[in-house]
Amino acid sequence: MFDSGALLRQRFNALRSKAEVFSLRHVKQSHQALCVRRNVAEPPSFSQDEGAMLTVRVDGVEAYAATADLSQAGLQRALEQAEALARQIARHSLLDLRGQAVTSARHDHLSPNLDQAVPGIADCLGLLASESASVPRDSRLVDWLASLDISLVEQTYLNSAGAELRHAHRFLFPGLSVTASDGKDSQSRSLGLSNFGQQGGFEVIHRCGLIGAAPRIADQALQLLLAPNTPSGPRDLLLMPDQMMLQIHESIGHPLEMDRILGDERNYAGTSFVKASDFGHLRYGSDLLNVTFDPTLEQELASYSYDDDGTPASKQFLIRDGLLVRPLGGALSQLRSGLGGVANSRACGWNRAPIDRMANLNLEPGDRTLQQLIEGIEHGILMSNNRSWSIDDARNKFQFGCEWGQVIEDGELKGIVKNPNYRGISAQFWRNLMAVGDHSTFEVLGTPNCGKGEPNQVVRVGHASPACVFRQIDVFGGDA
Amino acid sequence: MSDTPRHRFEALVSALHAALLPGEQFTLGFSAEQSQFVRFNHAKVRQAGTVAQASAQLRLVREGRQAQQQVTLSDDAQLDRQRLDDALQQLRQTLPLLALDPYLSLNESAWHTHSQQQHPLPELDEVLALVEGEAGDLDLVGIYAAGPICRGFASSFGAFGWHQANSFNFDWSLFHANGQAVKANYAGQAWNAVDFTARLRQAREQLGFLGLAAITLKPGSYRAYLAPAAMDEIAGMLCWGGFSAQALATGNSALQRLYNGDATLSPQVSFAEQVSGSLSPAFSDEGSPRLDVSLIDHGQAHERLISARSAAEFALQSNGADRYESPCALSLAAGNLPNAEILERLGTGLYISNLWYLNYSDLPAARMTGLTRFATFWVENGQIQGPVSTMRFDDSLYNLLGSELEALTQEREMILSTSTYGQRSTGSSHLPGALVKGLTLTL
Repeated sequence: MFDSGALLRQRFNALRSKAEVFSLRHVKQSHQALCVRRNVAEPPSFSQDEGAMLTVRVDGVEAYAATADLSQAGLQRALEQAEALARQIARHSLLDLRGQAVTSARHDHLSPNLDQAVPGIADCLGLLASESASVPRDSRLVDWLASLDISLVEQTYLNSAGAELRHAHRFLFPGLSVTASDGKDSQSRSLGLSNFGQQGGFEVIHRCGLIGAAPRIADQALQLLLAPNTPSGPRDLLLMPDQMMLQIHESIGHPLEMDRILGDERNYAGTSFVKASDFGHLRYGSDLLNVTFDPTLEQELASYSYDDDGTPASKQFLIRDGLLVRPLGGALSQLRSGLGGVANSRACGWNRAPIDRMANLNLEPGDRTLQQLIEGIEHGILMSNNRSWSIDDARNKFQFGCEWGQVIEDGELKGIVKNPNYRGISAQFWRNLMAVGDHSTFEVLGTPNCGKGEPNQVVRVGHASPACVFRQIDVFGGDA
Repeated sequence: MSDTPRHRFEALVSALHAALLPGEQFTLGFSAEQSQFVRFNHAKVRQAGTVAQASAQLRLVREGRQAQQQVTLSDDAQLDRQRLDDALQQLRQTLPLLALDPYLSLNESAWHTHSQQQHPLPELDEVLALVEGEAGDLDLVGIYAAGPICRGFASSFGAFGWHQANSFNFDWSLFHANGQAVKANYAGQAWNAVDFTARLRQAREQLGFLGLAAITLKPGSYRAYLAPAAMDEIAGMLCWGGFSAQALATGNSALQRLYNGDATLSPQVSFAEQVSGSLSPAFSDEGSPRLDVSLIDHGQAHERLISARSAAEFALQSNGADRYESPCALSLAAGNLPNAEILERLGTGLYISNLWYLNYSDLPAARMTGLTRFATFWVENGQIQGPVSTMRFDDSLYNLLGSELEALTQEREMILSTSTYGQRSTGSSHLPGALVKGLTLTL
């Protein structure tokens, strides 16, 4: 780990600048993508990426320059570009950051089991091929794949105040998907993919449940193809963790991002129905709703010690007993808004600047087993595994769709239904939270695909949640 | 940069040729940009920076096996050759671990293409001064992105493609104090301060309509006009595998029923992948010259986008599509409705400037949902009555561009992608607006 650390520190120390503060954020990433589709291995794909962002603050105005030229001259050139730009935009700058504190912390953070090697390409491909081959022969099963993406990311943050913050993360994203089709309708069932990822080693693949799952996933795709459409109308809605993560992400995470509330994202990702004055006052959900920013679950995707601006990360309640208490705002947003926040200033790589992002955003478990959740529903539906997501730019009116639905009547699971969709309004939806699953229903999930920002950035975010029940939600099926 | 991007690329290609062993073949893609990014909020600079990045994508082929590796290039010629050589070694070690790839298909022709334009870009000071002068009193939010973009491709068979262009994309919104907003964009390759100023002033004028009292609609079916930017969101959904040969062969395309002959669109609808004349490179990342492809002809399914891999897997003929088989320059043929008559023909209904966050609610039925965003107005008897609060629609493409399609506009807009995920996009679409008899609003 950090094999270029000493050289990087040496070059950083040799940089010369008239800026009052400057920093270097070096990111080195390697990525491996393996996939077996319909029993044929796709060409393996690898990537190696390395570069640095130099950021300066001149008279309270910040600017950056990102470069892959890590030579002494290359870094010095980028630093001078950033400095010149800071002076150029000074008269037009929105922000005066002269009052913002600068970290001098030094710390190393490693993913769990980072010292344990993961199996090589041949073994991984063998595992995926085995899973693919176990999909039953059935002419209605028209497409299937098993995949594994592994990323290794090293980041070093250095600044002129003496900080040295190093993170080394390994992320694994296993996945499985099967599509069944009768020529007119198609139904897919999946495991993992963009709904599951964790930090760690090969144990992540076991925790995902990938191994041996293909026959079950294929059978479920076939069941969906034969199933009736989801009935329409208000029902109690039991969301499993693999849909809860999307629900949390879209209708709690994004609306609480402070840069959206401050207007930065209005041209692209959007604004928020939440106002700055709502913190400490707005009843976001029922008393059962407790949501945390939690960088401490070591296997979760966005567990880290410091964010990309050097703010120390700790667990914080954003919503406690249904009351909105804290935004997702990093140090800069805290300075701008005068509100509290969290360590969520993050960038997707060396060529993008940190902005307010989700990290690990979790819903704390309650006290009901899954059986108790089901028994508490008279007329309802279970939905699992997100497949469609859409929400307005203020993150209020949403419509989500799942792969798997199962009717619940009189406290019992009944028939399977296809195309389960539901819609609602964030500001009201969470107030209908009527039951929260206990630790036995709690799953640590996450996605590599949270998009936001201008210029655009995709980051990994973690979501952990129990199963939850919502009262009287508008559900409906498809046309087919 | 120490040398021109093309020279850097050519040097890497030469080094690869020299390093190749008997029986090996390679393809090498190249992508580079030097970008100026300036974010605005409240007509002030919120965040500004520059990004210089370049990468090479090496694919090594030997004895029916293939693997690929992307490496970031450093601007140091010696280091970059070393990185490429490291990648070559890793791929050499990987290939023996792989089974034969039955869908391996290489374009073995030695095609050559070259496109280069170097229109001068504006000085940042000029852009900042124009924003301050023309919109300093407005609540402007958005991004200015500009700089040269390069794409290259070469193969051991002698193919060579080069695409280099200076471009800019200023994408912004103007917000009214009531929270309503109008969106505008000025993008292209030849900057003209007069044109930019005109766009800003046009957006400022539209703000006036947003001051009218907002109208809240109930769910139901409404006549609607979808402006080209709104149509771009719908077209964007079709780019998610809609025309893909693989998706169509495996039940994962939203246009399955159209291509199966079980459904049709309006005879007014003709879609094409129109690479010629667009800002996209004339070659794919797979190493084939891109072709213009007629996708839907007068409402009937026509060709599909076929990559070399799909061609091998499904016994089809490749037509230059990249591996994702997604259009990079989607074009919808113009109709006969003059822009000047849009409001009159709409009569009473919705004028929708933009849509947002579309997704499928039932993919095989091509049923999609999404929301109105930015300037959406309620119109009565051809007169704008006021902005409409955000509404959700949920409707099938077979309705919107099928039974419910009344007219497409005579005038089309060339919409340049604002996407900057990973790198600045060269994609575009060329679309008319659409007048529909019924759009289903649900929430």
